Amino acid sequence: MYVAVKGGEKAIDTAHQLLAEQRRGDAAVPELTLEQIKNQMTLAVDRVMTEGSLYDRDLAALAIKQARGDLMEAIFLLRAYRTTLPRLATTEPLDTDTMRIIRRISATFKDLPGGQVLGPTFDYTHRLLDFALAAEGDTPVPVPADAAPLEACPRVTALLNAEGLIEPDTAADDADPGDITREPPLYPADRAVRLQTLARADEGWLLALGYSTQRGYAKSHPFAGEIRIGSVDVEIIPEELGFPVRIGSIEVAECEMINQFKGSKTTPPQFTRGYGLTFGHGERKAMSMALVDRALRARELGEDITAPAQDEEFVLSHGDTVESSGFTQHLKLPHYVDFQSELVAVRALRAEYEARRRAAQNGEQESRND
Amino acid sequence: MTDTGYNYAYLDEQTKRMIRRAILKAVAIPGYQVPFAGREMPLPYGWGTGGIQVTAAIIGQDDTLKVIDQGADDTTNAVSIRRFFARTAAVKTTEKTVEATVIQTRHRIPETALTENQIMVYQVPIPEPLRWMEPRETETRKMHALQEYGVMHVKLYEDIARFGHIATTYDYPVMVNDRYLMAPSPIPKFDNPKLNNSPALQLFGAGREKRIYAVPPYTPVKSLDFTDHPFEVQRWDDCCALCGATDSFLDEVITDDKGGRMYVCSDSDYCGDRRAAGHVGPQGVDADAYQRATAAE
Repeated sequence: MYVAVKGGEKAIDTAHQLLAEQRRGDAAVPELTLEQIKNQMTLAVDRVMTEGSLYDRDLAALAIKQARGDLMEAIFLLRAYRTTLPRLATTEPLDTDTMRIIRRISATFKDLPGGQVLGPTFDYTHRLLDFALAAEGDTPVPVPADAAPLEACPRVTALLNAEGLIEPDTAADDADPGDITREPPLYPADRAVRLQTLARADEGWLLALGYSTQRGYAKSHPFAGEIRIGSVDVEIIPEELGFPVRIGSIEVAECEMINQFKGSKTTPPQFTRGYGLTFGHGERKAMSMALVDRALRARELGEDITAPAQDEEFVLSHGDTVESSGFTQHLKLPHYVDFQSELVAVRALRAEYEARRRAAQNGEQESRND
Repeated sequence: MTDTGYNYAYLDEQTKRMIRRAILKAVAIPGYQVPFAGREMPLPYGWGTGGIQVTAAIIGQDDTLKVIDQGADDTTNAVSIRRFFARTAAVKTTEKTVEATVIQTRHRIPETALTENQIMVYQVPIPEPLRWMEPRETETRKMHALQEYGVMHVKLYEDIARFGHIATTYDYPVMVNDRYLMAPSPIPKFDNPKLNNSPALQLFGAGREKRIYAVPPYTPVKSLDFTDHPFEVQRWDDCCALCGATDSFLDEVITDDKGGRMYVCSDSDYCGDRRAAGHVGPQGVDADAYQRATAAE
């Protein structure tokens, strides 16, 4: 006797129990606290906030803990939470000129007003495993705070702009910049929508696409004009007040790429810009984003669209990790019905093929017998 | 509000209104894909987020919800979605097709005929029937606007030229109301005739692709074909091993590693009803024994 498979509910419950057990790991080892994740896994928290599109270090730490350290899963958790939040206000554009800088470098000038500030960076570390870290109780010696406050740091692109060598920052017009979380994507997309999409796109996707432009697939001769990391104030203008009020500050990484442009019929030769911005210290992603932003401006600048990184619909519709991870993994779901349909079809095709083959053989036999 | 701390049926009311507006437009233009601002859902994209958003926007406390995946109520993802609504919308759920007012489905249409009091909600992975011929949205929207569907006929013709007949077996393209080419979602072509002139409202939700489309009740839906190669559905030499049905879509179950297999109804509710009514297939058991076995679950 055969009774059709049942028990999906019980299987799901048991699977989730197992998951909780695996997440916790060996109960003899102290449980990870959110404070620990927030303070010691800062770059993981930064990435989850950036791609999760929600600046909340506590929730990002919770998501990382719940996801057993799988950052894509953590990003998904944060995104699904974010989407339920009400919109209370729209902030004024961030003014990164007034950033309280902890890192600021330019690859285009040896020295410049404000100077080069390395800040906390993996750059120039030798990637040797530090076995001393394996022993616990390591507390680095704090770096004494600089007595002299940082000088003002004018933007590198502003310095170039004074000479007219770089395209002006496209004026932030009054037009509504669009909101990819409230409007469906339609192509062609304007730059604001593109930048929003890139800002929450998967870091690996942008890194690979940006890299491809460096290897000749839509080469745009980039220079890291400026990378700055630090905290900036977030302001809103409450309707009843009519002037900006600071509601807090966030830490961001910003990258402005300077790219060659030979000029066109209407524009003299000048440098052009690519822009990247992330929450926290997402420097690698900010740089990748700036390369891809510039590549996607091909249409606007009258360049030939020949490479994947310039193909707006291709780049923008495949970069979201929540979408790509979900759809790739949906292949795990049952497809019995579709597969059965294909089985029926392939069997029929094979039977027809076999019949044709036999008929051909018989035909040969008969002609030999003639 | 339910115990979850989220709004009724998870989505906030503004979002539901936005989805309802998209549904109304979709009903007004049968088969046309309406872009909507799909939200992230707490289930992954590709796992029914479009269907879930449509269901969340139309469901109310008086509704009775049935969720099937591959025709069955007990497949894991169907269980998961049914639980989601039981939890967030405190809605009555059922496995009986006739009791349901809203049926969310992935890959099947129930065998039992639908009625005017029912709404079908389809989960759609790729809403664009032309996608495999032309991946660009910018192009396919133009093709729909101009009703330029020649490429689809060419594709079907190429099948005939190569294989002797049309080799598309699921997500078989249909023409809705003589105007829009539509992907019926990956249902087997066996189910395509059920789309035509259905008394039920049929809604299609593609969450990741952010599109909603609809087939209003009693709308002509024609599966593409040629005069000399008319549309045909799948047939099996066997009947359902449990209930003996010869008119239902059959799933193949492998029973051993020596080529042993049996065929059973993919629609578990239909099969159960038939067995309860006394129909017995070659490997089934009589109604009493069946009821004892399923009651023991």
